[in-house]
Amino acid sequence: MKSNDFWKVRGWSAAGLIFFALVAAPVANAGDEEDRGLEVATEADQRDLGFGDYRVELKMILRNKHNQQTSRSMRNTTREQLGDGDKTLIVFDNPRDVKGTAFLSHTHKTDSDDQWLFLPALKRVKRISSSNKSGPFMGSEFAYEDIASQELEKYTYRYTGDETLDGREHFLVERFPTHPKSGYHRQMVWFDKSEFRVWKIDFYDRKNELLKTLTYNDYQQYLDKYWRANRMDMINHQTGKSTTLIFSGYQFAIGTTDMDFTSNRLKRAR
Amino acid sequence: MRKGFICTVLSLFMAGFVWTPPWAEAAQWDISGQASLQTRYYPYSPAYPAQKKMTVSPSATLEPELVYEVDENNRFILTPFVRLDADDKRRTHVDLREFNWLYLGSSWDVSVGISKVFWGVTESTHLVDIINQTDSVEDISGEEKLGQPMVNVNIEQSWGTLSLFALPGFRIRTFTADDARLHGPIAIDAGNPSYESSKEERHIDWAARLSSTFGNLDVSISHFQGTSREARLLIQNRASQVVLVPHYDQIGQTGLELQLTTENTLWKAEGMTRTGHGKRFYAGVAGLEHTFYGVADSAADVGLLVEYLYDGRDSRFAPPSLADNDVFAGVRIAMNDTQDSAILFGGSWDYRSYAGFINLEAERRMTDHLKLEINGRFIVNAPDSDPIVTIKNDDFIELTLNYFF
Repeated sequence: MKSNDFWKVRGWSAAGLIFFALVAAPVANAGDEEDRGLEVATEADQRDLGFGDYRVELKMILRNKHNQQTSRSMRNTTREQLGDGDKTLIVFDNPRDVKGTAFLSHTHKTDSDDQWLFLPALKRVKRISSSNKSGPFMGSEFAYEDIASQELEKYTYRYTGDETLDGREHFLVERFPTHPKSGYHRQMVWFDKSEFRVWKIDFYDRKNELLKTLTYNDYQQYLDKYWRANRMDMINHQTGKSTTLIFSGYQFAIGTTDMDFTSNRLKRAR
Repeated sequence: MRKGFICTVLSLFMAGFVWTPPWAEAAQWDISGQASLQTRYYPYSPAYPAQKKMTVSPSATLEPELVYEVDENNRFILTPFVRLDADDKRRTHVDLREFNWLYLGSSWDVSVGISKVFWGVTESTHLVDIINQTDSVEDISGEEKLGQPMVNVNIEQSWGTLSLFALPGFRIRTFTADDARLHGPIAIDAGNPSYESSKEERHIDWAARLSSTFGNLDVSISHFQGTSREARLLIQNRASQVVLVPHYDQIGQTGLELQLTTENTLWKAEGMTRTGHGKRFYAGVAGLEHTFYGVADSAADVGLLVEYLYDGRDSRFAPPSLADNDVFAGVRIAMNDTQDSAILFGGSWDYRSYAGFINLEAERRMTDHLKLEINGRFIVNAPDSDPIVTIKNDDFIELTLNYFF
């Protein structure tokens, strides 16, 4: 425990940003295909505006190439910010040695995110750096940048065609991270044509080789508007490892205020 | 006074059950905690004849945490702690780490009872942190704390957070047993201290802290007025022997904390000035923590830490400080694997006395409930002019198996 806790949990923290980000989508440049790509991403982004806030429980199942499993569980509360990235608070429940550890993130569209970590053993709140984009979140196959708020401004886009997947019609959009520290050269994203939900993402590493595939399953609609996948599976093609995220108990319109997302209140998070 | 305080909290606690209102659907109990088995290995013989060898020295702890959540804004916490130590009868001890009621308002909160509060940003020393007494039998790091009775109000506004503390009931510092390791040559009568204040341990201390954030810069200023958490050890001649008696002065301490968070580097500084221990003096620590992410195409992060420590106290009037003119350097490696394996290796060097101290902390999760920790504290040079000389033979390696429930 003590100061080492910070490092143990640092991985977790980056992850915090991830959850709500995965759900929405990205953005753009000039040219026909670029315009079209940005249009699709913008439409997907617009359709998720106005959700206000939500709370969800999250289970993460990590598998190595021998299919041995370990799991983590945590609770995520997110509050939407108009004109800025969302605010997210994550409290960890499992493994038990990190129970009570809490992670707070104020995400921003283009600036670096602000992040704090609460270490319950020392009752210490630490402001931490958010610059570790490509590192693994909690030892999983999700990188911090996969989990972080997917703001439109974080990518440029190119529409590459239509594709049918599991009987659904999709727009296939290629996106390129704008941040120089991203671990990816590009990503291929499948948006369905009816609701602009993301169903699949292929991640290509800096050498432009296929690294990971993320699939979204079991979408459910909340407040008659906002779609959330109850399950996400990330497979690493290069290592054979995989991670599954299972979301449960989504609650929207829970009445949070910005005061619930301050570094002072982080000390009281449960 | 302290007993009265505990009774007050206890009755608030009991009231929690009785008056659980019908609308409190969310009311719930939560029990968790931690138990550990620990073995210390002291490779060298003790320096003083009164000390036991304790070459292999086992101990065990239990620290359950009981939370009763009346509703989202209203909760009670009880966290007792006990350690049983095979060799050190003072390290065998019980404490209430937390025993409080917490109410969360919309932009304020209040807690009444025994709590732990941490102030500070730096890694090698915690100059500004003063609310809780150090539980120094637990670890020589100074990071383990005793529960402190308090009434604490935090008020949050756009300009920052104002925290106010009333601190009734002084906690005396713990010291290892006279025949145990990590103890000097002279017996310490820790349980019969003397005080500057005629109210002794019943003196009510107070403290306030204001924290604000300006973009990447976090700033806190604080003031504490009351009984010093550090003790001066006064020599007393008793009938048959010479003993050291802890003496707690009244002090005023003003603190400043700064942290600038940039891409891969955290710049950190703490400063404090104190009255009541001789003439007003100043102390400071400043440094940085720079992290290389994903080193050598792996998932591992490597962090480098460097801090400079200065303390201007006059040891004739103030308790001694180990960190008076020191440079600290350390490396942290976080493997970012499923087991969250991590290592911290650091050393401090006093460039006046040439005293040197090395600290090693390593940990790895074994299962969802078990974690293994290895700590080592090594005194590499202990000149007579440095207070560390009293424990110069007490290097140790510590293996701890923690069970979390």
